[in-house]
Amino acid sequence: MPLLEIKDITYRVKEKEIFSGLSLAVDPGEVHAILGKNGTGKSTLAYLVMGCEGYIPTTGEILFDGKVINHLKLHERAKLGITMAWQEPVRFEGISVRDYLTLRNKEIDPCKYLDLAGLHPLLYLDRIMDRTLSGGERKRIELASVAALDPRLVILDEPDSGIDMLSIQDILNVITEFKEHGASVLLITHREEIANIADRASEICNGRIICSGTPAKVTRYYKSKRCEICIGEECIFV
Amino acid sequence: MSELDELMKEFGEAGGDKSILANGEIAHLIANGHKILSKRAVKGIEVEALETESGISARVRVLEGTHLLNQVHLCFGVLHKSGIQRINMDIRFEKDSDANFIAHCIFPKAEKVKHIMDAVIDIGETATMRYSEVHYHGIYGGIEVNPKAVVSIGKNGKYFTDFLLIHGRVGKLKIDYSVKVGENAVTELNARVFGHADDKIFIKDKVALDGVNSRGLIKTRVAIEDNAQAEVTGITEGNAEGARGHVDCMEIVKDNAIAKAIPIVKVSNSLAKVTHEAAIGSVDKKQLETLMAHGLSPEEAVDVIVRGILK
Repeated sequence: MPLLEIKDITYRVKEKEIFSGLSLAVDPGEVHAILGKNGTGKSTLAYLVMGCEGYIPTTGEILFDGKVINHLKLHERAKLGITMAWQEPVRFEGISVRDYLTLRNKEIDPCKYLDLAGLHPLLYLDRIMDRTLSGGERKRIELASVAALDPRLVILDEPDSGIDMLSIQDILNVITEFKEHGASVLLITHREEIANIADRASEICNGRIICSGTPAKVTRYYKSKRCEICIGEECIFV
Repeated sequence: MSELDELMKEFGEAGGDKSILANGEIAHLIANGHKILSKRAVKGIEVEALETESGISARVRVLEGTHLLNQVHLCFGVLHKSGIQRINMDIRFEKDSDANFIAHCIFPKAEKVKHIMDAVIDIGETATMRYSEVHYHGIYGGIEVNPKAVVSIGKNGKYFTDFLLIHGRVGKLKIDYSVKVGENAVTELNARVFGHADDKIFIKDKVALDGVNSRGLIKTRVAIEDNAQAEVTGITEGNAEGARGHVDCMEIVKDNAIAKAIPIVKVSNSLAKVTHEAAIGSVDKKQLETLMAHGLSPEEAVDVIVRGILK
């Protein structure tokens, strides 16, 4: 049974249909990459799964561990083991990195997770999560914090954005850690070397999944840029 | 129990370090109402304090070249349910002196108490004063607090202040600080207040950047809930070449509370620059959702955010 199953969802904002019959399944322990051009709704899909305010499928179902979660609130989904690292993590005044990593569980060792995300614990534990952190630093701390939650399903929305090229391996290490702990990962990315760590990948276009398979296959299809010349009338994968 | 013991008991319960009283290397001035209970000066600092009809009048001098290692503790309280306490402070930091002051203001049972602080502070050339004022109020809200300070900072001087009122009911608070900043001098005015019930908060900070290359920052963080009201006015004037100022106000509003922010920036020298930012509203939705994605309930998430900004 898939851990996450998205069944034939539609999602409309005013008159615009963002998703029209999108289906996707993520197995336990699977890393599933989501590819797609800007504006195809990758982040919207992440918000729908996480249960952000205002993001409820118009029709269709989202199931977690076999149970429909459409109307569960965000924190109720988090209690089930779903969490998310936003593309642009927010900053917090007055909250130290140490406090942030131990928000839910005071017993964990925050150093372990900072190390995992490529940050030296002694340099970061007492830093405040405010504007004094660079975008890349904040991003890594977010990855460390979701790893510290020991989630069952983690949604990573472009975990590589804002991260320098030399540090991509740190992101891959975090994703590998999730996998080794049996967590599933819904991995939204534009970068091929990140997508390649996935077990499977899917491409979103025109409100639905148009191509699923190995990361190599989906990346190849994505790079063929067929979507850019598509007028939405036919697609061999739909 | 003596008045001093009682005040120190309240001080300890509010998180203060009672050992300061016995430590001969720490200067202090402790008063309940208009009665001075204890005072001590240390080398490099002169303290003259008098009891007046309705409070205390104190003159403090930090002597030239003095660099105090230990904080100077001021402890002002009204232990009764009602009363008035008027504190007049005349503080002078002589040339090249440096000291940290902390004022503990304790009003645990206030039902009808008025605490007025009127301070004149003069920071000499290359002198530095750091002043923290921490209030511990009871749950009744029957207190009126009016801190007023007129500060002037000489060449290369520094003045930093931090006003904290997050324990107990605010009652009615009316802060009025005015700072004149000289050449190459720096000031930073911080205030953090948490209002509840029908508390009323008025904060007015004014920084006049009169000296060449002077620097000023006004930073205010207010959280209000229930039917509390807050009005924050941050005024910064850039009056000299190279002066740089910034006004930063954030107010978080819950329930039926009402907040208002009035940043006033005025520049009279084309080579000065003053900026401002103000954010008023409910807790940031994305911050809230991020914390909830970490397993916190909405109430726990709001609490973490509010405590963070007031920290």
